[in-house]
Amino acid sequence: MKAPLTSFISGIVFALGLGISGMTRPVKVIGFLDFAGSWDPSLAFVMIGAIGVYFVAYRWSRKMASPVLAAEFSVPTRSDLDGRLIIGAAIFGAGWGLGGFCPGPAITSLASGATPVMVFVAAMTIGMYLHKVIIEMSRTWLRSTSTIVEVATDS
Amino acid sequence: MTIWLWKKKQAVDSFDKKPSMQNLTALASLIGGLLIGLSASAMLLFDGKITGISGIFAGILSPTKGDTVWKVCFLAGLIVGGVLLRLFLPHAFDFGVVPSWGVLALAGLLVGVGARLGNGCTSGHGICGVSRLSARSIVATVTFVASGAVVVFVVNHLCKVSL
Repeated sequence: MKAPLTSFISGIVFALGLGISGMTRPVKVIGFLDFAGSWDPSLAFVMIGAIGVYFVAYRWSRKMASPVLAAEFSVPTRSDLDGRLIIGAAIFGAGWGLGGFCPGPAITSLASGATPVMVFVAAMTIGMYLHKVIIEMSRTWLRSTSTIVEVATDS
Repeated sequence: MTIWLWKKKQAVDSFDKKPSMQNLTALASLIGGLLIGLSASAMLLFDGKITGISGIFAGILSPTKGDTVWKVCFLAGLIVGGVLLRLFLPHAFDFGVVPSWGVLALAGLLVGVGARLGNGCTSGHGICGVSRLSARSIVATVTFVASGAVVVFVVNHLCKVSL
């Protein structure tokens, strides 16, 4: 029961951090990405603060046998660079620059009750479903073509 | 395209007229960043989880047994935090000039598809991954900042439009 409580409190602290840092305001995000205009480096200070703390915490976690309230650490281990990663990040960045929202601030901003935020989050949800459907379809397609190849080699 | 006038038009004016760095909020942003880092650190040290918000959100869209409760709790925390901001720091939701719904919908679609395809967003790659010195996350972060900057450059300087 303590682990979900940690998640809940962490969520609150994360949202407060986003709000205090100014990252719930698209104008601040777009200001950071506007290198050719009146550049607003605030987002870099957010990253310095967050990465500074997490860098230490991660190194600490490496010395722990397990997390305090869970059986094991679920930390990604992949290190290969593939096209999906780069294309995905490029698509993500385009949407981020266009709207000035990314998932964390957008979900936090739902509390504002503002319609534009709801439009963004609804579209983001559809985007995630769309990705799921496309991945499943391509898997099915790959499976069916490999079956055809097998049939062809059998005969 | 129609302009969504949220509060004031100061944001648009700032692009050309104000001198650079006028909008910098270094101390507030640093403090906010420290809180974000503390939150993500607690998730790692106590629950053993990476705070990747796009992954957490996508996780509750297709739930798996035993790996959903913490995600729901974290997202509920985000919303409760948002309510606290609304009560005590309403300026946090002073969005400035927001693009039209059509543009926001396109932005949301791109963010949704892109975050899943690239396995992460600003929190998972940008904060947690970069701190772990993960090559994938560093490449993803450089890529999404670069592509975001290109889009902002095209919108603000090549087309000079308010979306």
